[in-house]
Amino acid sequence: MSIKNKLVWMAIAVLGAVALGIVALKRGEPVNAMWLVIAALCIYSIAYRFYGLWIANTVLGVNAARQTPAYRHNDGLDYVPTNPYVLYGHHFAAIAGAGPLVGPVLAAQMGYLPGTLWIIVGVVLAGAVQDMIVLFLSTRRDGRSLGDMIRSEMGDVAGTVAGIGILLICIIILAVLALVVVNALKASPWGTFTVACTIPIALIMGIYGRLVRPGRVGEMSVIGVVLLIAALLYGRTVAETPSLAHYFTFPGPALALLIIGYGFTASVLPVWLLLAPRDYLSTFLKVGTVALLAIGVLIAHPQLQMPAITKFIDGSGPVWAGSVFPFLFITIACGSVSGFHALVSSGTTPKMIESETQIAAIGYGGMLTESFVAIMAVIGASVINPGVYFAMNSGAGLIGTTAAHAADVITSWGFTVTPDMLNQVAHDVGEMSILSRTGGAPTLAVGMATIFSSFLGGRALMAVWYHFAILFEALFILTTVDAGTRVCRFMIQDLVGHALPTFKDTRAWGNNVIGSAVACALWGYLLYAGVTDPYGGIWTMWPLFGATNQMLAAIALTLCTVVLYKMKRERWAWVTVVPTLWLLLCTLTAGLQKAFSPNPKVGFLSHAEKFSQALDAQQVLAPAKSLAEMRRIIFNDYLDAAMAILAVAIVVTVAAYGVLRIHQARRKPQNTAVEVGGALVGHG
Amino acid sequence: MRSLAMDEVARFWRRAVQTARLMIGVPDYDTYVAHRRAHHPGEPVMSYAEFFRERQRARYGCERGRISRCC
Repeated sequence: MSIKNKLVWMAIAVLGAVALGIVALKRGEPVNAMWLVIAALCIYSIAYRFYGLWIANTVLGVNAARQTPAYRHNDGLDYVPTNPYVLYGHHFAAIAGAGPLVGPVLAAQMGYLPGTLWIIVGVVLAGAVQDMIVLFLSTRRDGRSLGDMIRSEMGDVAGTVAGIGILLICIIILAVLALVVVNALKASPWGTFTVACTIPIALIMGIYGRLVRPGRVGEMSVIGVVLLIAALLYGRTVAETPSLAHYFTFPGPALALLIIGYGFTASVLPVWLLLAPRDYLSTFLKVGTVALLAIGVLIAHPQLQMPAITKFIDGSGPVWAGSVFPFLFITIACGSVSGFHALVSSGTTPKMIESETQIAAIGYGGMLTESFVAIMAVIGASVINPGVYFAMNSGAGLIGTTAAHAADVITSWGFTVTPDMLNQVAHDVGEMSILSRTGGAPTLAVGMATIFSSFLGGRALMAVWYHFAILFEALFILTTVDAGTRVCRFMIQDLVGHALPTFKDTRAWGNNVIGSAVACALWGYLLYAGVTDPYGGIWTMWPLFGATNQMLAAIALTLCTVVLYKMKRERWAWVTVVPTLWLLLCTLTAGLQKAFSPNPKVGFLSHAEKFSQALDAQQVLAPAKSLAEMRRIIFNDYLDAAMAILAVAIVVTVAAYGVLRIHQARRKPQNTAVEVGGALVGHG
Repeated sequence: MRSLAMDEVARFWRRAVQTARLMIGVPDYDTYVAHRRAHHPGEPVMSYAEFFRERQRARYGCERGRISRCC
């Protein structure tokens, strides 16, 4: 490394350290969001240059001379050698979703600092490492999927168990994400109208791109975006016209049923008609809005209103239950490490990589960008008044349903807020109320509206920006729900197909309907339970989602560790062993606490116990309002506990197989990894 | 000079369009055609409309556990 290079890296290190010091240590006065951005960017650069590239070159031993599947199987379709910048965009669009936007917002109840630190440390040591190594493993195995690789490297039993785990995680993810949308749209005619409009808009785009001008994605998207903006602006008129608003004002349970019905319809209809055009619209809107948010943060460089650390680090917070360890580490989810990325990294990306030397930039670098999105979400949640934050993110069971009562309760927690402030924010964003809009999306929307309106349009446009942000989040969450329902349907057909082979035929119409209905029923039940949950749903269900998502990451990292041992690279196995052990510790503790904690606020079983005893005494415990509601709460507690225990059992099984395979690999003198194509080096 | 700069812009634009299309699962059609001509001469080549349909079907087909997105 030249002296000039050394000086540049030293300057980056010093700048990063100063920025992090300001973020972490400044107390009493507000910190500017730019310090968060600078600290994150400096650390990402150093981590990529000195850790990511080191893992790729030394630990994995990427080989520029080795043919990638893109060349070996080049068909111009799935397998295509692709320019690394183009592929980076593809990979980022595939891994970016609602997770990194919502998780950090929820984590902000403990202050901006704990979440920020875990986003940065977690991505550098765990998330980006996982994404890159899974991408590397899949590239050396013809682009095979995570499940396939677990099967071939760790055996059929581990593969099947991991497959059940993936299905469970998908179902929980769909339910929780749909819940985020319901909470954002309930009693919001403006939001509901614009989101509902995406259905006819998608149909128009779909017909245009299929029948009128086949495959003209650019034209389809322009039509879609123009109609979408029109719907967004007209939404205000709908909300302000009582006779129209009436048709688009729904309570939570009704919205949940609509979304379940919609998910089923979208899964059964031909993809070109509804699912694909919505996907196009949501992908472009997602990437565009993330870029706009980054520019907005740079231009507005707002002050953070949220304290660095709040008193809720003791686990008594109103947004979600549980203390810093282990629950903060599972709440952040996708922003620092996400098991779902292992599925994407072993999906389409490895089939298009030109050279193994690009794996670090795409795998490790792609995840760093995702983590930066999470940092922006932290900023979005922290630029609004903390009292407003807690009013939006606490369930009605805690803060009541009137602004006056909510302001009293939140002020008593130490976050001064007046009813007027709460009403003013609701008025600014064009809503009747902002109380108990749990799920993170509405909070982030207020944060984004605050940032955007500070330099574009001022208060007059704040309501438009708010609903734009809601639309953006709802659109891509619902697209995930559509596509996820299809994925679940195929997985269910595959699993049941082992026992009943005719069910495997994914083209048969009957199978299609039955599979879709089962998939929708599974996540739909959880969604409905969440919507009618008196605690606001997110309080109960987000930890379950976070835990299972991180468990999938633990499974993927276990696979990475096993393969490193099989490749005889155990000298460096700590690179994956350390994050694997940490994730196992966090997720198993969280899973077991969610099931068995004696604190009824945290443990499902003790909560069920408490309500059962009251039920026996014919008492109705708040927040339930009748004995029937009591029974439903108890049933859901048992269901949630069963899911937590099942997830723990799955992870323990896969980890045990991991230990066994490592042991076997250590006894063999030679490399036993099941790679494809290595022999071609020197022959081609 | 000017044409060089224009070439740069054109190249950048082409890359941007390729990226946007690949984000929704549609790889470069010209690359596909060139591949078919070079490696499968005389065999049929899909028209752009057919190519687009085939890619759309593949993206949402989820064959063999393919998952193309995250939460």
